[in-house]
Amino acid sequence: MATTIMSDPNPTREALDERASTDPGGRYLDTIHSWIVTVDHKKIGIMYICYALVFLLIAGMQAMVIRIQLAIPHNTFVSPFTYNRVFTMHGTTMVFLVGMPILFGFGNYLLPLMLGVRDMAFPRLNAFSFWISAFAGAFLYFSFIGGAGLAGTGTAPDVGWFAYAPLTEKAFSPGHTVDYWALALILNGIGSIGTAVNLFTTVFCMRCKGMTLLRIPLLGWIYATTAFLVLVAIGPLTAAQIMLLIDRYLGGHFFDTQMGGSAILWAHFFWIFGHPEVYILVLPAFGFANEIIPVFSRKAIFGYPAMVAATAGVAFISSGVWAHHMFTMGMTSFGNTFFTLSTMLVSIPTGIKVFNWIATMWGGKIRLTVPMLFSIAFLFQWLTAGLTGIMLSVSAWNWQLHNSYFVVAHFHYVLVGAILFMVFAAFYYWYPKMTGRMLNERLGKWHFWTMVVGFHLTFDFMHIPGLLGMPRQIYTYEPNRGWTGWNEIVTLGTFVQAIAIGIFVYNLVHSYFQGEVAGPDPWDAWTLEWSTQSPPPEYNFAVDPIVASRRPLWDLKHPEDPDSAFE
Amino acid sequence: MSTAALLHIDNDPIWQLPSRGRVGMACVILAESAVFTIFVVAYIYYIGRDVNGPKPQDVLKPPIFGTICLLSSSFFIWLAERAIERGRMQAFRFYWAVTTMLGALFLADTGVEWRKLLTQDHLTISTNLFGTTFYSLVGLHASHVIVGLLLLSVTLVAALTNKLTPAHSERVQVLALYWHFVDAVWVVVFTVVYLVSAR
Amino acid sequence: MTVGGSGTWYSHFYSFGICVASPTSIFSTTSTPADKVRLLSLDVLFTLGCVFLAIVALIVHVLVHYRARKGDTTEPPQVFGSAQIELAWTIIPTLIILVLFLGTARVVFEVQDAAAPKSALNVTVVGHQYWWEFRYPKYNLVTANELHIPLSDPGNPTPTYMELTSADVIHSFWVPSLAGKTDLLPNRVNEMWVDPHKVGLYEGQCAQFCGAQHAKMLLRVYVETPEDFQRWIGTQRQQAKTSVPGILSNVDLESDNSQKITPQLGRRVFEGQACISCHAVRGTVAGGRFGPDLTHLMSRSTIAAGIAPNTPENLLIWITDPSVMKPGSLMPAMHLTSLENKQITAYLTTLR
Repeated sequence: MATTIMSDPNPTREALDERASTDPGGRYLDTIHSWIVTVDHKKIGIMYICYALVFLLIAGMQAMVIRIQLAIPHNTFVSPFTYNRVFTMHGTTMVFLVGMPILFGFGNYLLPLMLGVRDMAFPRLNAFSFWISAFAGAFLYFSFIGGAGLAGTGTAPDVGWFAYAPLTEKAFSPGHTVDYWALALILNGIGSIGTAVNLFTTVFCMRCKGMTLLRIPLLGWIYATTAFLVLVAIGPLTAAQIMLLIDRYLGGHFFDTQMGGSAILWAHFFWIFGHPEVYILVLPAFGFANEIIPVFSRKAIFGYPAMVAATAGVAFISSGVWAHHMFTMGMTSFGNTFFTLSTMLVSIPTGIKVFNWIATMWGGKIRLTVPMLFSIAFLFQWLTAGLTGIMLSVSAWNWQLHNSYFVVAHFHYVLVGAILFMVFAAFYYWYPKMTGRMLNERLGKWHFWTMVVGFHLTFDFMHIPGLLGMPRQIYTYEPNRGWTGWNEIVTLGTFVQAIAIGIFVYNLVHSYFQGEVAGPDPWDAWTLEWSTQSPPPEYNFAVDPIVASRRPLWDLKHPEDPDSAFE
Repeated sequence: MSTAALLHIDNDPIWQLPSRGRVGMACVILAESAVFTIFVVAYIYYIGRDVNGPKPQDVLKPPIFGTICLLSSSFFIWLAERAIERGRMQAFRFYWAVTTMLGALFLADTGVEWRKLLTQDHLTISTNLFGTTFYSLVGLHASHVIVGLLLLSVTLVAALTNKLTPAHSERVQVLALYWHFVDAVWVVVFTVVYLVSAR
Repeated sequence: MTVGGSGTWYSHFYSFGICVASPTSIFSTTSTPADKVRLLSLDVLFTLGCVFLAIVALIVHVLVHYRARKGDTTEPPQVFGSAQIELAWTIIPTLIILVLFLGTARVVFEVQDAAAPKSALNVTVVGHQYWWEFRYPKYNLVTANELHIPLSDPGNPTPTYMELTSADVIHSFWVPSLAGKTDLLPNRVNEMWVDPHKVGLYEGQCAQFCGAQHAKMLLRVYVETPEDFQRWIGTQRQQAKTSVPGILSNVDLESDNSQKITPQLGRRVFEGQACISCHAVRGTVAGGRFGPDLTHLMSRSTIAAGIAPNTPENLLIWITDPSVMKPGSLMPAMHLTSLENKQITAYLTTLR
C-alpha cells in the first residue's frame, strides 16, 4: 500500500500532467505563456524564488562594491554618492526583494503540498501579488537608469534603508531618489500583504481531511505567524511612506521639522514595521529547521506544542520591541529600560526553539547530509546572533554599540548566518521535490564549507571595528582608527562567500540537467509533500490525502508504531 | 489507496474548515487597521503642535448628519445580510439600496465640509500640521468609503438585474464585513478628530 | 605609496597590534558614563559568554554522540517532548534575563538621570551637514568641530553637560572614550554629559547617516586642565584680531597693487563675496551662521570637520573648491581667481 502511493506514477496521472502532452513545436512560447498566466502555487513559488535569486546576486555584487571600498582607508574605488546609493540599494534589495520573496516562494510552493491540498486559498490573488512585487522590484531598479540616470548611478535611493526623516524631505533630498524608494516599497507592500492574506487563509482554511490545527506541520504554523506579522507590520510602513509622499508632493508637514513636524515619529513608524520585519524574515528559517532537523535526526520534533507557543510568543513580543533601535534618540530612562526588557524577553521563546532543536537531535541518528550541515551551522550562528542581540538590547551598552559595525555584524549574522543558511538548507532539501533531481552532494559540501569559512571571516571579524568605534554607512574612514586590518579580513571573507555562491548557482543549474533523479521521497521524510511525485503534477495529489497525525508518512511506513497512537 | 492512513480517522466527524472569504477579509481588515492606526497616532501626536493656525477648535464642527448616515448604513447592511441569507431578495435589494445611498450621503457631507474648510477657513493640506494630518486621515477614510461604495454599487446592479441569488449570501457577508470595518474606523476618526482635537 | 609610510602593506598588519589601542575603542574609556557602560558590558559579555559555551558544548555533545552509524537503517526511539524539560529551559533563561535587565536598568538610571552639579559646564552642540557647531552660552562664544572641555577632578567635579540639537537632519555625537552616542534631532533638544578624568585629545565622528559626507563629519574633543581651558576660553572670547583693515574701513586700498597677496586684500575679497553670508568673524561685517565661525580659525588644528590638518596649503585647496576634499560639502566653490583665493587664504591665516 505504502509503495503504491510513494512511487510508480500510474498512466492516468501522466495523462493529466500537462508537461507530458506538450507539443514540441512552439514549445518555448507556450512555456513562457504558461508561466506568465499561471495561478498554480508551485509555479508562482518557483517564480518568487528565481526572482529573489536574481536580486540576491545583484545585491551581493553591491555588497562586494561596499567591501572593496572599505578594504582600505581613504579608498576612492567609488564616490561617496555612489557608495550611499549602493548601500541603500543593498539593504533595501536584500530585505524587500530577496528576503521576503524567497520565503514567500518556499511558502507558496510548500504549504499546499504539506497541507495536502490542491492550491492556495486565493490562486489569482497569489499571481497578482507576485506580479505586483515583480513590478515593484523592476521599478526600484529603474531608478538606476531613470531620471538623470544614464549619466551615472542615476537617481537610485541614497538615504539608507531606514530612510530617516527629515533627510528624505524635499529640502534635503531633491530629485526623485526617495520617490523611487517609497513608491516601489508601497507597491511591494501591496504584494506582500496579498501573499500574507493568502498564506494565512491557506493554513486555516485549506487543510486535507484529518489535518487538525495541531497536526499541521510546524512550517504551517510558522507561515501563519509570519503572515500575521506581515499584516500587522507592512501597514505602518505603507502609512509612513504615504505620509512621506504627501510631504514631498502635496506640501504636507508630517516630517517637516521647520513646521513643527517630528523626526522621531518617522523612526517610530519605521521600526514598528522594521523590527517585526526581522522576525518575518527569520521565522520561515526556523520553519525550515523544524522540518529538516527532525528528518535528518530521524526523530519527531521535540515539543511540538511548545514550538507553536514559542512561535506565537516571538510574534507577540516582537511587536513591542521596536524602540530598541532608538535608544540613542533621547528616550526617557523609563522608555529605555522598558524596551530593554521587552527585547530581552524575545530571547526566551527563541531560546526554547534552540533547545527543542537540540533535544530533537538528542538520542537521534544524525545524518550529515548537506541540508543538515547547513542546519547545524544555522544553530551555532543563530545562537551567536541571539546573544549579540541581547548585548545590543542592553540599552546602556547600546549607546556605544548603536549604528556601529557591531550592529551591522549582528544583523548580518541573523540575515546570512541564520536565514540565508537555512534558505540554502531548504534548497538542498526541497530542490529534489521541485525539479525531480537531487542537487549534487559533493558540490553541496564544497558550497557549505566555503560558505562557512567566508561567512565567519566576514561577519565574525566585522564585530571588532564596531567595538573600536566604526560607525555604519560611512563611505570611508581615517587610517589612524585601527580599523584597517579588520576591514581587510572582512573584505577577504566576502570574496570567499562570493566563491561559495558561485558554486551554489553552478550546482543549481548543473543539477537541473545532470542531477541524479530523486524519486518522490529521497530523504525518507514524513510530511505530505513527499507522498506525491517529484516534481508534483499540477493537481498535486491524485487522491486527496487523509491524515491521522503530524507525520502521515511515518504512519504509512511504520504501521506497527504510528504517531497517531500517541498524539 | 492509502488505506493505512485512512484507518485511524474512520470515526472523525464531518471535515469542516473556516470560510476562506471571511478569514481572508479578516486579514485584509487587520492590515488596513494597522495603516489607520498609524495615521490616527500621527494625528493625535500632532494635536496642539502647530506653529500657525487655523486650529481644529476654530474650524471643525462635528458632521452629525454624515455620521448618522454612515453608522445607520451599518444597520441596514446587516438587515440586507439577513434578508439574503433567508432568500428574501426583494427586501435585500431595498436594504442594500438604502445602505448605498446612506454611504453616498456621508461622502457628500464630507465634500460639503471640505469645501467650507478650503474656501472659508483657508485650510489646505499644506497650511499646517493640522491641515496635513486632518486631510490625510479623513481622506484616507473617505477613500475607503469610495471603494466600499463602488463594491456596494456593483452588488446593487447585480441584485437589480437578478444576477445575485441567495447562493451568493456568503460573498455578500464578506463584503458587508468590509463595510462594517469602514464604519468602525469612522467611530475612531470621529472621536479623535471631532471630539478630542476640536474640543 | 611610500616605503615605510602609513600606506604600506605591512602597516595594515601592524594595525592588528594596535587595535585595542584604537583611539575610538569603546573599551578605552576615560569618563564616568563610558566607564560605567564598559564595566556593565564586561559583565554582560562574561554572562553571555558562559551561556554560549554551555550551549555550544551541548550541540557538540549531540553531534558527537548521536551520529548515525554506517549501514544502520533502523529508526531511533521516538520522543515527542517533555513538559518538565520545556519548563526548565523557560525558567533558567528567564532568570538570566532578569539579572541582565536589573544590571542594565541600574546603569541607565545612574547615567541618564544624573543631576548636573552647579560647577558643570554647559555646551550646546548643533549638528549641521557636515560639521559641528559648539556654543558655550556662559562665555557667549561659538566655535566649530573641535570641542574643548575641562578635566573633571573627582574631588571637585566639573562635568560638561551638553544640549544637542540639529539645524537640518539627524546626526549623532559619538566620542566612544567619553560616553555613548546621543542623537542630534532637529526641532528637539537631547542631553548628555561627560566628566573626563584624563587630559588629551579624544576622537569620534557622526554616527547617524546624514547625507553625502556623513563619513567625513569627524569630531575632536580636547580635554584640558582647568587652567588651560580657561586660557583657551580667554582667547576665544576675544574678537577677531583685526590687524588688517576691512572693506568698511576708511583705509584706501585702491592705490595698492592689487596683484599682491596680502591679508588686507584677502579681507576685502572675503567681505566682498558671499563668504560672509555663511561665515562669521566676530568684530567684522562677517556674521553668517550657516557655516563654521571663523573668528579663531587658526586656533583649530584641522579644517572641514576634522578631515585635514589646518595648513595654509589645505586651506587654499579647500576654499578653491571644497568638493575636491569633500564632495557633496554644502560649501560651494566660489569660482574666484587663484589670486583671490590666495589672498583669502592669507587673510584667514591671520585669524588666530
